[in-house]
Parts: sequence; C-alpha cells; structure tokens
Amino acid sequence: MSDTKNNLTALAADVEAALARRRSRSAAAISWIREAALLPVLAVLLVVGAILNSHFLTVSNIVTGIGQQSSALGVVVVGESLILLIGGMDLSLESTFGLAPMLAAWLIVPVASFGDGLLLNPYLGIAILLAVGAAVGLVNGLLIVRGRLNGFIVTLAMTILLAGIQEGIVKGQAPFNLPTAFGYLGSAQLGAVPVSLIVAAVIFVLTGLFLRYHRLGRAIYAVGGNREAARAAGIKVNQVRIGVYVAGSVLAAIGGLMEAGRVSSVTPTQGYGEGIIFPVFAAAVIGGVSLQGGRGNMVGAASGVILLGVVQNILTLENAPNYWIDAIDGGVILFALILARVIGGEASAE
Amino acid sequence: MHEPVIPAADPQAAPAVEAAGIHKRFGNTRALRGVDLSLQPGRCLGLVGRNGAGKSTLVSILSGLYPPDAGEVRLDGHQAPSLGDITAWRGRIATVFQHSMVVPGLTVAENVFLGRQPRRRGGVVDWGRMREQTRKVMADWGFDVNADTACGNLTVEQRQVVEITRALAAGTRCLLLDEPTAALERGAAQRLFESIRQLQAQGVAILYISHHLEEVFEICTDVAVLRDGEMVLTAPLAEVTKDDLVTAMVGQENLSTERSVAPAAAPSSRQPTVVPASDAGRDLVVDGVTYASPGVFLGNVSLTVRGGERVGVTGLRGSGATTLARIVAGAATIDVGQIRLGDYVLRPGDRAGTLRAGIGYIPEDRQADGFVPLLGAAENISMTITERIARFGFIAPKRREARAAPLARRLSLVSAGLGQPVRELSGGNQQKVTVARALASDPVLIVAITPTRGVDVASKELLLAELDRITTETGASLLLASDELDDLVICDRVVVFVRGEIFTEFTEPPFDREALIAATEGLGAT
Repeated sequence: MSDTKNNLTALAADVEAALARRRSRSAAAISWIREAALLPVLAVLLVVGAILNSHFLTVSNIVTGIGQQSSALGVVVVGESLILLIGGMDLSLESTFGLAPMLAAWLIVPVASFGDGLLLNPYLGIAILLAVGAAVGLVNGLLIVRGRLNGFIVTLAMTILLAGIQEGIVKGQAPFNLPTAFGYLGSAQLGAVPVSLIVAAVIFVLTGLFLRYHRLGRAIYAVGGNREAARAAGIKVNQVRIGVYVAGSVLAAIGGLMEAGRVSSVTPTQGYGEGIIFPVFAAAVIGGVSLQGGRGNMVGAASGVILLGVVQNILTLENAPNYWIDAIDGGVILFALILARVIGGEASAE
Repeated sequence: MHEPVIPAADPQAAPAVEAAGIHKRFGNTRALRGVDLSLQPGRCLGLVGRNGAGKSTLVSILSGLYPPDAGEVRLDGHQAPSLGDITAWRGRIATVFQHSMVVPGLTVAENVFLGRQPRRRGGVVDWGRMREQTRKVMADWGFDVNADTACGNLTVEQRQVVEITRALAAGTRCLLLDEPTAALERGAAQRLFESIRQLQAQGVAILYISHHLEEVFEICTDVAVLRDGEMVLTAPLAEVTKDDLVTAMVGQENLSTERSVAPAAAPSSRQPTVVPASDAGRDLVVDGVTYASPGVFLGNVSLTVRGGERVGVTGLRGSGATTLARIVAGAATIDVGQIRLGDYVLRPGDRAGTLRAGIGYIPEDRQADGFVPLLGAAENISMTITERIARFGFIAPKRREARAAPLARRLSLVSAGLGQPVRELSGGNQQKVTVARALASDPVLIVAITPTRGVDVASKELLLAELDRITTETGASLLLASDELDDLVICDRVVVFVRGEIFTEFTEPPFDREALIAATEGLGAT
C-alpha cells in the first residue's frame, strides 16, 4: 500500500520535473527570440539599402563600408555596455577615445607632424595608450565607487577635462604620419578583411563568453541586478565596479587606436568633438542593454552597432544632404529605439 | 466548513465589497478560480492563505489594478468603476500596501491630499484649508500626526496612519490592509489594531491580509481562506479554531505530508547536549562591540556562540539584536570591538571575508539583499560559491545547476526549472532561494535574520526544520535574530536585547512565550 503510494509520488515528481523542463525550454526559446528582435529591423534596412543603391550589398561595402567604419565605435560600445551592466554610466569614454591615441601619437611622431619630438617607439606608444585608458578608468572608478560621487557628473566633468587636454597638448593641430605599427590595427587588411573588423569581432565574442560563463562576468550581472544582494553573497562589489570602469576605458582607448589608424592621424576632435558618445549609448540601448543595469548582452550590443552602421552607410551612399544628416540620424535612432522596445520587450541577463 | 455566509452587521446595507466568481489566469497559472467574497460595513475580514494562494492577485483585482478574466466586483452595491478610473476606485476602496505609498519629501497634509489639493480661485493650492482639513480628519478618527511634518521624518507606523487618513479624507469607507504589521514592532502593531477597531466601530469595512493567524484572531470578525486560487473557507471567526485555519490553508491531504517533511520545529527535539566542548575552534566570539547609527545603538556587547550551538537574539525594533547579527555577518561595520570566528579575526563590514571564514548569511530584507531578481534560481543559490565551482574562472551552467539542485530539492523550491529568474518566483520561494544561497557555502556559522518573515505557515515550518536539521547534521552554529517567537524554538539559548544591551538570557528550552515578550519590553528580569 505505502509502496504504491511512494511509486505514485515518484511518478508525480517525474511528471512535474518533465513539465518544468519543457517550460524552461520554451522560456529559453523566448529569450532567444528577444535577442534576435533586431534582426527583422536589420533585414528591412538591408532590403531598403539594396533597393536604394546597387553598391550597397557588395562584399567590399559590407566589409569595409560598414564593418571597418563600425569597428572602432563597436569596441567602445563593448566598454560602455560593461559599465551600463554594473548599473553605472561613463560619458568620458568618448574623450578617452580621443585623448589616449592623441597622447600616444604626440609622443611618437616628429615635431614636423605636430608631435612633441620625443619620438618614442610606437609599441611603447601603444602601451602608453592602454595605460592612459586604465588610468582614466581608475580615476573615474575611484571617484564614483570610493568617493561616492555621482557617475553622471564625474564622467561629464572628466569628458570635458580630457577633451581639453587632448586639444591643449597639440594646440589644436592633428598629429599625422603615424608609424605603421601604430596605425596597423585601424588600417591593415588580412586579405579583403580589415584587421579592425576582426579584432572588434573577437572582442565582442570574448566579452560575450566572459559575461556568460566567467564568474567575474556573472558577478557583473549580479552587481548590476542587485548590488546589495551581490554584496550579501560575498561578491566584492566595489572591486568589480572599479574593475569594470577600468576595462571600459581601456576598451575606449583601443577603439581610439583603431580610429586613429583608419584616418591616419589623430584629430583634436576625435571622440568628444565628434560626439561619439551619443551613437555609443544609442547602440547599447537599441541592443537591449538596460540603463538600470543588470540586463543586456553582447549579441544585442553587436546588433545595435551593426544597425547604426548600416543606417550610416545608407545615408553616406545616398549622399544625404550634409546639413540634414544629424537630423536624419537622430530620427532613425529614435525610431530604432521604439521599435526595439516594442519587439524586444526586455532583454535577458544572459 | 464550506459556509460562504457572513452574517451582516446590518442586513439592509449593501456589502462594501462583493466579488462573485472571480477568475484570473497568468499564462499557465490559474491564480484565482471562481472566488467569491463579501465584506459588510463595520466588519473586519481576515484574508489568509499560503504564499501563491492568490491573495496578492485578489488584492490587485479588488484595488482595480488588474481586471478579472471572469466574474464581477461590486463596491457599495454598485458595479465597480472601469479599470482606468483610479479616482473612482480610490473613492470606494483604498489599499494600504506593504510598501509605503507616501512621498517622503512632502508634508503629511500634502500626502493626505495628494493629487486633490483644495484650490483657491485660479488654481492656487489652498494651504491653510489643506492643513485644516487634515487636522480635522485626523481628529475625527482619533489619529495624532502633525500635518506639517515631512513624511520622510515619520516612522513606518505614522506613514500608515497617513495612508489611512488619505483614504478616509477622500470619503473611502472600505480599507484593504495588505500585511500592515510586517514592518511594525509590537507596540505599534497594537496601536494599529486599536485604530482598526475604532474604524470598524464607526462602520468602516476592513479587509485584512496577514500571515499571522494570531493577528487575525485578535482583530478580525470574519475570516476567509484562499488555497490554490480557491476560497476554501469563509466563516465568522468565532466559529473556527486556529487548527481549522491551518488545515484550510494547507489542505487536508497535504497536512500530514508537509508536517512529516518538517518534523515539528518543536522544542522537544532539542537536546542541549548538542554542544560539543571540543568545537571551541569554531566558537564565535563577539568582544566588546560598540556601534552607533541613527536609530540603533550597541553598547559594549559581548557574546559567545559555541561551535554547534544555536543562539537566538531577539528584541524590539531598534534594540540592536538584528544589528548584531548584521555585524557578525559582515554587513555592517563597528566602532569599537572585535569579532572572532575560531582563529579568524573578522574584518568588520567585509562580507566577502566573513564568507571565506565560513559564515553563511540570510539577510533580513530579501527584496533588498536576498537575491538578484533577473538571474536564475541556480545562479542565485550558487552565488556564494562561484570561486569553488569555477574552472579557470569559468562556470558551466550545468555544474551550477548540479550544485544548486540538491539544496533546491531539500527546501522544496517550486520553480519552472532552476534557470527561472527569481523575480518570477513567489515570495516564499524567493526566501527559499535566499536561504539556499546561505547554505550553499557549507557554513560553519549561519547568521539568519528573520528567516521566515513573509512566508506562509507550511514553508515556515519547513525552513525552520531545515535550519534545525542542517545545523544538527553539519555541526554548524546558528545565530538567529528574530522577533518572531516561532523562529526561536529551534534555538538552544535565546539572548534578549533591550536598548542596545544584553538584557537577559533564556537558556532552557522550551522558552516561555510570556516571559520572552516581557523581557523584550525590558520587564521582569529572570
């Protein structure tokens, strides 16, 4: 009698477990659909682009016109996404994007190319560039996390400070004649594919895997999702936050190196002057990275970057009137945000 | 037992609230299945049920937040207003939610007249009249909160008064109180009950939602029990016993099994002999700890929890019992003193350090500190042991689930797979995740603060029984801070705090309820 009852109980548990498995599978399918929410938008854009311009769907346009143009921005988006995921924000990434390569280039190139004449080894220059990124991130992180200052104001002030230094050290000139090693990342090609595109793709994939499977990546979601709960679970919340500010700024510096290589010089307006922080935020948010923290992933961020890249490319190919390009750009981003919100709902924390 | 008849105070009057055949479905979950409910003016109806029984859903429907899928809600004998018409709903039924709905930056008067301030000609707010009317309403109903105080400076109790006054000022004569005593200390709860009785005497209808059956017996006139979305019992309170209610909440067929899963957290199973003297290497020593913050103060507190011992700390809100537990867990720093666990000297405020030293922590407020809502159950449970389950820093989701599954089973966690985000779980299951997270690290000492708050009766017994069993099996010690005497039964010793100091100690279980209560009030030292 009690055997029968036990068997029945076991059976009921099995059935319950099977049902739960099925539910969680369908939940997984739903989260996959959310991640892919931008695909239909992209598809529509591709069709529109193809109809408007016969050159649009060629390999060279996709790889160079869209891919290379978006790589530098994409790397910064990875950095900003990490910072958004821990529930922070960093406006100064755009200035790091300009100052880090500027300082490095200034120390490398001769006076005739608007350097300071120190003529440092280009590899040393790249090391300095990374160090500048790390230093800026560390200062931001310490002020915000340890100093408990407001992240928006700290990084806003930092944005202007860094951009001022960027312009100040070269007195408004643009160092050029960058050594091959310094420009390699932004300008070289492997076959038909730009190195910057490959590197950006690798950064996206590695960051994505790190976020998904590494314990520090998971800690980032925990800290962004509920800081106090993460702390109570023994996660070193402040270290994670500061570390993420550093990583974000280093990525912005790498993005700046790519941009410098692509245009073969470092202009005083690179970054802040061009206002790249706007498309950086837009790409992350369109891609489903939440401004509240704890939610979003690299698949989404990458789709956001690609979407903006495609829009830019179509506008360029179509020779959109110069005076109107910002208005069109802003309108398209607004539209994409609304669309992403409507289709995507909330992105997952994977 | 299935008597859906509530004798009306005045048979002529239309019920303040009447719900008939309410159905509500969320995805695959049938939250409510044909629920009937009727509340007469001047009555206080206690609505009880386990977590997930459908209480919150019913509250939301009666407050006009969700539409029912089927069925009808009538207020004061009229059909309920349409869903978007918040003002009309509020005029008939007002809900005081668990989380305060007052704006801290505004004064009491402004909060009472929020959104409907009296105006002079030209639309200018008539401050004088607003203050005047607030005072009048307060006086009429026997409340006493200064109309000019900023609500940010009020106690939780006073904020509730403001919310109730807001409803009364708007002419509402039906109140829906959703676990109003959850954040109140005993004295404040008593004053609230007094107010409820007064309101009731003046003809206000009250729907009272609570996990505490004692409270229901104390102030309600009628009781309604929800189980799995069905109203299984409705009766005048005089006609039912506490056992009847528990049976109705849990279900006759489940009662025996649930009880056996949770082998009675009764004091009889506790033998003081569990304290092995040889475990001195794992003693927790709190040595002369002093701590001061607004509202809480600890003055030179020393306490030892021997290895394997289970010590309860209790006291009124602000007595320091909870704060001491937070300090031991590394969730708060101290001004003076030292805390040691075995050979470790714990760095105050370093939660990561106390975790490494072997302290598992069940925090007081699970919403704020207990879990990361967007992450899955398995990930939340294993959050304390990522270092251990990672290979080269990477964690395979399967490995994570393998570690979390036994704990989830042990605590009877109900979820659609361990990957389900914890925010989608019911409150009781969220608490189980929080407890599992503390147990996952195989702690030497478990620090638990009100581990059963907001959890239904059956889950409460299960959680306590598991804490009891795990400490017995692994020899872990327990520091349990709680003002619920039901929690303290699993302890070997209870230390009572009054105003930041150890007042007295009860060393012989079973503990006398009356004596404990008296001691927390600072009376009758033994």
